[in-house]
Amino acid sequence: MDFKNSDTIPGPRTEDRLPHTAEAAVKIVIVGGFGVGKTTMVGSVSEIRPLTTEETMTQAGIGVDDNYGSPSKTATTVAMDFGRISITDELVLYLFGTPGQERFWFLWNGLFEGALGAVVLVDTRRLEVSFDVMGRLEERGVPFVVAVNTFPDAPRYPVAELRTALDLPEEIPILDCDVRRRASSRDVLMTLMRFLHSLAMKGALT
Amino acid sequence: MTPPQRQRRSPGSDRPAAPAPGGAPAKEGEVRNPERLFVIGGEGGGERADIDLVTLIVARADPPVSATPEQAALLRLCAAPLSVAELSAYLSLPFSVVTVLLTDLLASELVQARAPIVRQKVADRNLLEAVMHGLQKL
Repeated sequence: MDFKNSDTIPGPRTEDRLPHTAEAAVKIVIVGGFGVGKTTMVGSVSEIRPLTTEETMTQAGIGVDDNYGSPSKTATTVAMDFGRISITDELVLYLFGTPGQERFWFLWNGLFEGALGAVVLVDTRRLEVSFDVMGRLEERGVPFVVAVNTFPDAPRYPVAELRTALDLPEEIPILDCDVRRRASSRDVLMTLMRFLHSLAMKGALT
Repeated sequence: MTPPQRQRRSPGSDRPAAPAPGGAPAKEGEVRNPERLFVIGGEGGGERADIDLVTLIVARADPPVSATPEQAALLRLCAAPLSVAELSAYLSLPFSVVTVLLTDLLASELVQARAPIVRQKVADRNLLEAVMHGLQKL
């Protein structure tokens, strides 16, 4: 970017500006395997057109592929698509999803720290791609719910069977969703918030 | 058809007892944590301000003539509150670079940072209820 003409940097559209009363923000992270619909979910509930922030990290020369066919880069860019929902004039909720390489999200300092919680989006055709992400959330003590993005040709499992396969305790919500629909994505977020609320009521958040 | 089977993990099991500078020894089958690339550093390599992706930034003044182009662009963007993530997106700069720029601007009191509300050991129920109420309006 040419910063000589900083006047020309496109900023937020007028309708995308936050009010001056905006005092604080919270964040929720949406995680899951490639192509499972994280960015679609962000876009379906966001009040702004989803934006992309990124972080650049060096990478030990391991054959990591970023799905764009460049297996031996020395620096990896982790991109995060995010959206925004104004909760009140003072409080703003940000939703982060990512199209990139899952294993690097957890090296992004501060992405999960401080997040209210996470949504793990799964595709029953490739359930195992979300296993590592769930494990890392568990290790970090980030509370999460599991949302099954229902693709038409994906196998349907009863929730009990899914719970057993994912080795999730009874209290962690598992629900179906269609992330293209705003109402469905909102229900996923509401389910996460109710779960966090129940944890708060129990004083069980660790 | 049976789904594949996962094994649950427990909190803290990924944490080495004392993280050594430069990363803990790589576990078998694992690689060391990649280090962050430091691109546009403040001089002296000083501490960076405690800035989150969702810290809201507001300009306190117009860009001074001494401001660098990056600083001037950033100050113009946050005439109204804007998160660090949004600044990063609009400036097309990585998050860590924006935090470096902001560290200088905070030190010279050209911007104000409104800290995010982070998850506590016991979450603030009022906060959660406010978020739920806001989501219901969607």
